[in-house]
Amino acid sequence: MRKVLLALTASAAMLVATGAMAQDKTKACFIYVGPIGDFGWSYQHHQGALEMQEKLGGEDKVEIAYLESVPEGADAERAIERFARSGCDIVFTTSFGYMDATNKVAGKFADVKFEHATGFKREHPNVATYNSKFHEGRYVQGVIAASLSKKGVAGYIASFPIPEVVMGINAFVLGAQSVNPDFKVKVVWANTWFDPGKEADAAKVLIDQGVDIVTQHTDSTAPMQVAAERGIKAFGQASDMIKFGPETQLTSIIDDWGPYYIERVKAVMDGTWEQHDVWHGMAEGHVVMAPYTNMPDEVKKAAEDTEAKIKSGAFDPFTGPIMKQDGSEWLKEGEVAEEGVLLGMNFYVKGVDDKLPQ
Amino acid sequence: MGIAEAILLTIATAATPLLLAAIGELVVERSGVLNLGVEGMMLMGAVAGFGMALTTGQPWLGILAGALAGTLFSLLFGFLALTLVTNQVATGLALTLLGIGLSGMIGEAFVGQPGVKLGALDIPVLSELPLVGRLLFGQDPMFYISLLLTGGVMWFLFRTRAGLTLRSVGDSHSSAHALGIKVVAIRYLAVMFGGACAGLAGAQLSLVYTTQWIENMTAGRGWIALALVVFASWRPWRVLAGAYLFGAITIAQLHIQATNLSDLASWPAPVHWLAELVKSIPSQFLSALPYLATVVVLVLISRNRRLTMMNTPASLGRPFVPDR
Repeated sequence: MRKVLLALTASAAMLVATGAMAQDKTKACFIYVGPIGDFGWSYQHHQGALEMQEKLGGEDKVEIAYLESVPEGADAERAIERFARSGCDIVFTTSFGYMDATNKVAGKFADVKFEHATGFKREHPNVATYNSKFHEGRYVQGVIAASLSKKGVAGYIASFPIPEVVMGINAFVLGAQSVNPDFKVKVVWANTWFDPGKEADAAKVLIDQGVDIVTQHTDSTAPMQVAAERGIKAFGQASDMIKFGPETQLTSIIDDWGPYYIERVKAVMDGTWEQHDVWHGMAEGHVVMAPYTNMPDEVKKAAEDTEAKIKSGAFDPFTGPIMKQDGSEWLKEGEVAEEGVLLGMNFYVKGVDDKLPQ
Repeated sequence: MGIAEAILLTIATAATPLLLAAIGELVVERSGVLNLGVEGMMLMGAVAGFGMALTTGQPWLGILAGALAGTLFSLLFGFLALTLVTNQVATGLALTLLGIGLSGMIGEAFVGQPGVKLGALDIPVLSELPLVGRLLFGQDPMFYISLLLTGGVMWFLFRTRAGLTLRSVGDSHSSAHALGIKVVAIRYLAVMFGGACAGLAGAQLSLVYTTQWIENMTAGRGWIALALVVFASWRPWRVLAGAYLFGAITIAQLHIQATNLSDLASWPAPVHWLAELVKSIPSQFLSALPYLATVVVLVLISRNRRLTMMNTPASLGRPFVPDR
C-alpha cells in the first residue's frame, strides 16, 4: 500500500513538474527500481543518464526526468504511462520486472520510444531491449573466489530468481569450478533488490554458516560492510564499493550505462532510432571490473588473464562441456550457449547445491 | 562464538529497530493519536544520526541527533494534527512521504560514505559466558536501550498516575478534558516521545545495523512497527514478543536457505528428509513468513475480544478540539 501511494504521489508530482515544459528539446525519461542514492544498480543508471545529458549538450538539448523506487508490477505501468503522456521522447525502464508493463504502454504510444533493460520482450516496433553481460564479470569472480577461499565455499546473496540472476550464479560457479571442481556455493534469496538491513542479515547468516567469501546480486553496500566487520572478503555489485571495504573488496562488477544512453538518445535526436536488442559485455566497455585488490599477485594474474580472454572474445563463460544441475548434458564440448537460452535461463548448472525457486 | 549464539545476536539486531519504533508508536496511540509517519521519522533519525556521527566521529552524538531529529519531525505532525486538527491518517502519510524525500535530500552528500559504527559493549568475564554471554552482556547499547524503554513504557503506562492520565486521554478525550486534563499538551508529549523512539530506531539502522546512509534505507520497517502495535493490541510486552518473533523468523528463513543439503550429509536420515522437505518450500514463501507468522501469532494471543476492546484506545485517531 505504501509503495502504491508513493508511486502515485511521485508520478503525480513528476507530471506537474514536467508537464509544462516546452517540447523543443529531447526528453529522456528513466524509471528506476531503487533510489538513485542506492550506490548500486539505480545509482549507476542515473550516472549514465547524467553523463548522457552532459555529453549531448547539457540541459538545453536534453531534458531528463526520472522516477525512483517504482515497484515492479502494476504500479510500473501507471508510472510508464504517465511518462509517455508527459511528452517523453524516449523512456528507459531499467529493471526486469518492468517488462510486461513497458510493452503494454508501448502499444498505446507509438510515437514514444521505449527501452527496457534486461528483458527479452519486444512486442511493438517502438520497444528495444538492452542488457549487459554481467555474467562475464561473475565468471571472473568465481575464478577469484575459488583461488582464495580456504573453506571452498562462497555465499551468494541473490535477489529474485530471474534469468539474469540465475545466469550470474551459474557463471560464478562455473568460474569457481574451473579452479576447484568441488567448490560449493550457498545461495540465499533475499527476495528484494534493496533492503540494506536484510542484505546485512543475509551476509551475517552466510558468514555464520562458514563461508569465507561473499558475493551479492542485490543493490546495497551492506553485505560488503558486514564482510569487512567479520574480516572476510567480498565482491561489490554494480558500482565500486571499495570505500566500504578497503581491505575487503576483491573486485566489483561496474555497470557503465553512459555510452549506451548517449548512443540511443542521440539516435532519437537524429531520427535514426530503431528497435534492437543489444547485449554488450566487457568487450564493449559496458561491464567493467573494479581494480583487483586484496589478493595475492598470482590470483590477480589469473583474474586478469580470464578477463582478457573474455574481453578478446576468445572465451565465453558458457562454453561446453556443461551439465545441468540434474546431471543431464546442456552443452557439448566446445559448444557455446545461445543468447536466447541464456536470456531465459531458468536452470542451474551442475554443482549448484540449491533448489531454484520457480 | 557458536552458531546458536551468532543466530541469537543477529536476531537481536534485526528486532531492535522494530521494537524501538513500535514502543514509541504504542505510547502515541495509547494517547489516542494515530501517527502513520513512523517510516518518515525513522528515516529522519537515520540520516541525522549518520550525518552527526560522520561529521563529529562520535556515534553517541549520532544517536542523540537521531532522537532529536525524530522528535522535531514529529512536532510537525503534532502541529498539524493536534493544533490545526487535520486528519491524522492523511497527516501521518504526508509525514512519511516528506520524510522519505527530505531525508534523501539531506543525505545526498552522505551516500557512498562509510559511516561510524556504534560499537558493542564488552563486559569482561560475563560476555564470555557460553551461549548467552554475548547476547546479554556484549551487545550494542541500542539493544539495552530498546529493552529499557520497553520496560519503562510498561511501568509508566500501567504503574504510574501520569500513565493512567495518558491512557484516559486516549480512551475519552472529552471526559479527560472535562476533568481538567490538558489533552492536547499530553498528546504533544506522547507524539514527541514516539518521534524520539522512531528517530532512535532510524539511528540504530544507520549506526549499528548497517553503518551507512542510503536513501529509503528503512525499507518498510516503520510500517512493520505500526502493524506490530495494532496486532499486539497496544500491550508493550506483546510488541516486544512480536518484534523478536519477526526478527527470529527473518533470520531463521535465511539460515534455512543458506543450509545446503550436502551440509547435512553426516546427519541421520530423518534430519535429511526433514531438511529436504523444508528446502522444497519456495524462498518467496519463506521471505513472506515473518509477516505471516507474526500476524498469526499476535492474532492468536489477542483472541479474547473483550480484552482487545479494553486495550484499544477508544479515541484513537479521533480529532479533538477543546471547546467542542
